[in-house]
Amino acid sequence: MKGEVVSPVGNTGPEALPIFGGVKLPWHRTRTTVLSLGLPLLALLIAFGIGAIMLILSGANPIAGYQALWQGAFGSVYNISETLVKATPILLVALGVAFAFRCSVWNIGAEGQLHIGAVTATVAGIALKNVTPEMPAILAIPIVIVAGFIGGGLYASFAGFLKVKWEVNEVITTIMMNFVAVLFVQYLAFGPLRDPAAQGQPMSPYIIESAELPRLIPSTRFHLGIVLAFLAAFVVYIVLWKTTLGFQVRAVGANPRAAKHAGIDVGRSIFIAMLVSGGLAGLAGAFEIMGLHYRLLDSFSPGYGQTGTIVALLGNLHPLAIVPAAVLFGGMLNGADTMARTVQVSTSIITVIEGLMVLFVLGSQFLVSKWEG
Amino acid sequence: MSFLELIPQLFQGAVLIGLLAAAIRMATPLVIAGLGQIFAQLSGVLDLSVEGMMLMGAFFGFAGAYYTGNLWLGVLTGMLSGVAVSLVMSFLCITLRANQTIVSIMLVIMLAGLVTFLNKLIFGVGYIPPKTEGFQAVYVPGLSDLPIVGPVLFQQNILVYLGFLLVPIVGIIIYRTTFGMNIRAVGEHPRAADSVGVNVFRTRYLAIIIGGLFAGLAGAFLTLAWTGLFTDIITSGRGWLAIALVFFGKWNPYRLAAGALLFGFVNAVQLRMQAMSGQMVAFQLMLMLPYLLCILVLIVVSRKAGGPANLTVPYKRE
Repeated sequence: MKGEVVSPVGNTGPEALPIFGGVKLPWHRTRTTVLSLGLPLLALLIAFGIGAIMLILSGANPIAGYQALWQGAFGSVYNISETLVKATPILLVALGVAFAFRCSVWNIGAEGQLHIGAVTATVAGIALKNVTPEMPAILAIPIVIVAGFIGGGLYASFAGFLKVKWEVNEVITTIMMNFVAVLFVQYLAFGPLRDPAAQGQPMSPYIIESAELPRLIPSTRFHLGIVLAFLAAFVVYIVLWKTTLGFQVRAVGANPRAAKHAGIDVGRSIFIAMLVSGGLAGLAGAFEIMGLHYRLLDSFSPGYGQTGTIVALLGNLHPLAIVPAAVLFGGMLNGADTMARTVQVSTSIITVIEGLMVLFVLGSQFLVSKWEG
Repeated sequence: MSFLELIPQLFQGAVLIGLLAAAIRMATPLVIAGLGQIFAQLSGVLDLSVEGMMLMGAFFGFAGAYYTGNLWLGVLTGMLSGVAVSLVMSFLCITLRANQTIVSIMLVIMLAGLVTFLNKLIFGVGYIPPKTEGFQAVYVPGLSDLPIVGPVLFQQNILVYLGFLLVPIVGIIIYRTTFGMNIRAVGEHPRAADSVGVNVFRTRYLAIIIGGLFAGLAGAFLTLAWTGLFTDIITSGRGWLAIALVFFGKWNPYRLAAGALLFGFVNAVQLRMQAMSGQMVAFQLMLMLPYLLCILVLIVVSRKAGGPANLTVPYKRE
């Protein structure tokens, strides 16, 4: 049952998107390829156009603003490395979101899963430091990474369990769990995990030194986690399109009833999709700790969860298309501060542009399917 | 003194009266937003953008009142801003048949950015945020002097009365009018409704717009009848709670109101405990309570929930 289209399940190839239920999608046929590539780009342009209007409304010169945005994102080796630092959690979250969405499981809880992954990674890192302070990196790094994956994965799979067992709407549970997880991290950072040596700052003690991800480019923060995140994109692609598990996940996403008739355990697929999805978000949290902060702190994520969700949609839920989208958004996040400083505007303009992009892409997909007939 | 010893204190006369009055006030935005979503969901559209519409309503309600100096004009602008969002939602999801979950979540994310932007643009980033007077308590003549019942029920502000008055009104519209029947028909079996001459698209548009009106009103309540000022995090998940309460209430306005009162009470208790317990229990754990309760409630009601047969299914006229 590997690979391509199987009739009872319908079309579950990379083309079939759960976003548009019965509507056929752009890249079914080559004659619409130009449109299908052109329209998303047009959507980006329109979004940036509206962003320009917002810049003008704020009394800023839009050209200077976007120049600063570009400069901040890609203007120097250091800025590029910072863009990739920020693209990494976005990429991992987006891969996770895409995995769940491919199964038509609407996991909106990436932010919470990322926070819990950071907690379990930190706790594992501190425990290792206390128990076996001499542990070499070759063991410590995988252990802490796995702790982060499992933390985020279990947190998400609770919502998956509720959906499978009692048909509880996963959108609402995962969003509620976002609030809970963020508060939980605050609670830990201010309370039980607080490092007395941190001079009153809400921070945990440092994790074991050997679990810190090595920096690969001198005098930047370009760490090993960035490379691992890009590898993860390939792994997710392989799992989704070259394994039975991935096939089942996509089949359930395309049409759960047909998948059930084809003998696929729908509940199991949903549960696994949630587990992997949350695990990848947890990995994002773990890398933030292992690669950047080395300790748990309050509010370490500037909304990576929701940015990753947008990126997953912009990348059409395809791991390999998500990679450039994640770099673009990492750049926008990184450059937003430069833009805000240079032309004195609010960074929230960037959030609006990001949201508009997806709405326009969603709209344009419909237009393409219409013209296609 | 241990934490548990605080609990009896909650049930002493004056404290309890204060708690109940606060519970009703806190339940009001949930009731109003939830009532609007009953329309939308019964018509077959799961509009998850309530959180965003409430944020819009809170902001535009505040801005409208601030600049016109008239609270009711503020309420009106708040409601209209909710409608604006619902028009985008209905165009994408009804006309273009896009996925309702994805569109509404994108709207929530985008509106959070938009409102933050507009807030900074219009009101700047001063240390003291602008404030309005807000709706004051209206003492219902005769009734407000009653013991216990008076201070709990009849010393609220006008929007609280209005919110709870909407409960039976919505009940009558949904169960007793043709419009209500049409809404339920297009959510249950759009093709059959279409075949007997009900305009499925128009009915769904109207239902979502009503949802936007109500969500905008609920948002305006937060700034104009509660805090008197606007912050970016003023909704803090209330839109999502409202949606969960619609499930809890099984699309029935009266059950929805009961659920909202329960949440209002838990929130009031939680805030009171924070104040009383001092450092004994971390406030973050207290703040989690409404969210955890929401998940619990969804678990309890979920399986038997049922709901409109064509919820989330776009209609396509063959």
